[in-house]
Amino acid sequence: MADLPQKPGRVRPLSPHLTIWRWQVTMLASIMHRATGMALSAGAIVLTWWLISISDGPEGYDSFMVYAAMPLGILVLFGFTWAFAFHFCNGVRHLAWDLGYGFDKHVASNTGFLVIAVSFILTLAAFALIWTGHAGYLQ
Amino acid sequence: MKSAETPLHKVQGLGASHSGTGHFWRTGVTSIALIPLSLWFAYVMLGLVGTNEVTMVQYLAHPWNAILMAAFAAISLYHMGLGLQVVIDDYVHTAGTKIFLLLLVRAAVIALIATCVFALIRIASV
Repeated sequence: MADLPQKPGRVRPLSPHLTIWRWQVTMLASIMHRATGMALSAGAIVLTWWLISISDGPEGYDSFMVYAAMPLGILVLFGFTWAFAFHFCNGVRHLAWDLGYGFDKHVASNTGFLVIAVSFILTLAAFALIWTGHAGYLQ
Repeated sequence: MKSAETPLHKVQGLGASHSGTGHFWRTGVTSIALIPLSLWFAYVMLGLVGTNEVTMVQYLAHPWNAILMAAFAAISLYHMGLGLQVVIDDYVHTAGTKIFLLLLVRAAVIALIATCVFALIRIASV
């Protein structure tokens, strides 16, 4: 803990961190889980903004769509979709671990590759539905 | 005079984390609740993409949809608070900054839940 005083002139050893290890898929998935969780916190703010804009009537919703329909807005929403898909899939992987399943070294690696692949497939599938006109079915 | 405090109560909360497994448990329980809610949310988002404001108001004003959206938002935001707390615990080591950020996250969680619920009630009462 950095808030505990250290004796001057005595540099105490730190445990090795990110830079020293050879990359493993389990490590990558773990880092991605935290990163996507943090990204989705920004997504939660956008979700709140979206709900408020709808409650503000047509003009309020337009003010949201101005940003959401911009190329940058679509890119951000694509990113949130992938982060959501990954955090969801890897979250299920974490729950399986909590129940004691899938912690074997090779199983953990294989499911790591699996959740990364599935997260991209789900994201591309969602945007394929949108771009081929199959979304918007609740109208 | 001998204290009436039990030995267990004296040591509770004195570990390195100042808490037991409550945080881990709440993260797990909220994530299980979020599995069906997230699938429903994805279904709704895809179903509303490209529609207009009138359709969205109609859909979200329906009691079941309003309740499910409120549950999704509230449980997601609570889960978010638990996750961000771990990030702060891991990377912020200055006591003052740490307490400030932990309180800020809790305040943000409460404010965002309140805002989402307010918006949904407002949508339903138009």
